[in-house]
Amino acid sequence: MFDWIKNIKSVLKNLLSRKGRSFLTILGIVIGVAGVIIIISLGAGAQALVLGQITKLGTNMIGVLPGKSNEKGPPAAVFGIQVKTLSLRDLETIQDKNKIGNIEAVAPFVRGSITVTAGKESVDTNFTATYGSYPNVQNVKMEKGVFFSEEEGRSGANVIVLGYDIAERLFPNGSELGKIVKLKSSGENKVSIPFRVVGVQEKLGTVAFQNQDDQVFIPFIVGQRQILGIDYIQFIRIKVNNSNNINTAIADIENILRDNHNIKSADNDDFSVKNLADAIKILTNITDALRLFLGLMAGISLIVGGIGIMNIMLVTVSERTREIGLRKALGATPKQIRNQFLIEAIVLTGIGGIVGIISGIIVSFLIAFGARYAGYDWSFVISPVSIALGIFVSTLTGIVFGLFPALKAARLNPIDALRYE
Amino acid sequence: MLIRLKNITKEYINSGVITRVLRGISLEVKEGEFLAIMGPSGSGKSTLMHIIGFLDRPTSGEYFFSEDNTTNFNDDELAHIRNEKIGFVFQSFNLLPRTTVLDNVILPLTYSKKKDHVELATKALESVGLGNRLNFLSNQISGGQKQRVAIARALVCNPKVIFADEPTGNLDSKSGATVMNILERLNNEGRTIILVTHDRNVAEHAKRVITIKDGEIVSDEHVTHRRKAEIVEEEV
Repeated sequence: MFDWIKNIKSVLKNLLSRKGRSFLTILGIVIGVAGVIIIISLGAGAQALVLGQITKLGTNMIGVLPGKSNEKGPPAAVFGIQVKTLSLRDLETIQDKNKIGNIEAVAPFVRGSITVTAGKESVDTNFTATYGSYPNVQNVKMEKGVFFSEEEGRSGANVIVLGYDIAERLFPNGSELGKIVKLKSSGENKVSIPFRVVGVQEKLGTVAFQNQDDQVFIPFIVGQRQILGIDYIQFIRIKVNNSNNINTAIADIENILRDNHNIKSADNDDFSVKNLADAIKILTNITDALRLFLGLMAGISLIVGGIGIMNIMLVTVSERTREIGLRKALGATPKQIRNQFLIEAIVLTGIGGIVGIISGIIVSFLIAFGARYAGYDWSFVISPVSIALGIFVSTLTGIVFGLFPALKAARLNPIDALRYE
Repeated sequence: MLIRLKNITKEYINSGVITRVLRGISLEVKEGEFLAIMGPSGSGKSTLMHIIGFLDRPTSGEYFFSEDNTTNFNDDELAHIRNEKIGFVFQSFNLLPRTTVLDNVILPLTYSKKKDHVELATKALESVGLGNRLNFLSNQISGGQKQRVAIARALVCNPKVIFADEPTGNLDSKSGATVMNILERLNNEGRTIILVTHDRNVAEHAKRVITIKDGEIVSDEHVTHRRKAEIVEEEV
């Protein structure tokens, strides 16, 4: 035991006498370990972010989109193509409790861009025209006031609910309830319609990659007919009472819509019914691919770190071989040489590993902190696997490239090691 | 008899060609001798020195050290002999760079069972006149001082023999004289010194000179008119 302490002390002295080389070796290990931790943490954080965005919407939700979508591609609406196959009649059929059970709430949607004016303040934003069932379907609460009622939504009353950011910008002093704002569409028929503010939606941040606070809500008919001047529905969202009933509900909705549209075979569907679990599955596939990609990058950072270590070790092999020759000439046994180099490798990789873990965690934390500051719901995840992997590979490179040439040199005759070029 | 070589040969095989460096060397060295091995470069004198000093192994022949047959000693046994029984002084000093003079001299002690490393090393350095340089880095001192550090390092484990391979080869004449003076003093104190040189002037400091040519001993003579190294003033 005393011998080991003595050994470690002499190794430390030895390492300090070659600060530059020791520093570069440690740096290689730090880069390798920290790189793996940061990259894997980024992957996990991004995955949590993406999935969190989706699950915020609630997992009991079904979406009905116009147009057929096959498994391999997104629906046409994603590309801005307006498919007009969803009608108000479809909505009414879905709402009919006699035809489909297990449904808690249904909301139709159309969206568009709009200019909202309140006094001198004016802001360009998006409107979402929907029913009063919206808060129930989307699981959202009000910051102030109320969402417009089922009745108001259906009848087309001129009432409006502001997103949190819009409310802040139009009414910095917070006196929005009961005030009149004017909506002016950016389309051809530029009518200016007055609305009475009845509520402000709670702050939601970014969900599904949209800032949920930068929009206003108006009754469905007003948005659809008066502002957009269309008679179809862009999409319908349905909340099912229990996640176990989602698949039954999807099948029921599909059958009813086929009836409505006189479609005989599923191949000819002009609509698609998706649930959030599917979306999560697809997104998980994507984020898994992302993590795999990041994992490869982590691998590259390990290789870079490893090559750094390797280079330093190889560059110094001849110098070290001569040092080993000298030590042997002065009476070191092969075992003493091996112990010295083993301790040296352990000390270097140990310091490098610890600094690497700490700096990796700090950088990952700063990234998470920055992402949260920027409004993303980023979680700070450190995977123990990444720490283990980083340490394992770096230590292995350190030991293989540090110890292996040393062991080879320790077997040479002292004079051959001393004369090594 | 301290050293007895019986028919030692050394061959190198280089891309199929056998080079015979030593062709059957037999030699005896008594305790307390001051022996110089001379010869032109390529004669095999350094190889012989490395074999006697356990830095290299012979291809064939037997080597008795203190009447022990070392021919079949393993690496650990050889390491112990190198550590305890012999000390080596190289032409190019071979000090650890960026390391203090004291730590360089302590180095062989770390491989021995001896205690009180700092005391022993300090004493060895004082005996070569470097008691005031203990904490200098090995690359901050002059060549002559480096070689004296190397002698202190060779001495520190109190060996029976000191081997010196062209110890003055890299030194100016003044530093060289100081080094030779120290070696003479060590011999006078009873230590065996074996010196390799190609320079007759250096060799004549010894009591006995053997000459090697083409891997064989061609002469073995006592020095009748020994040179004495002048004591040179302390270099600064």
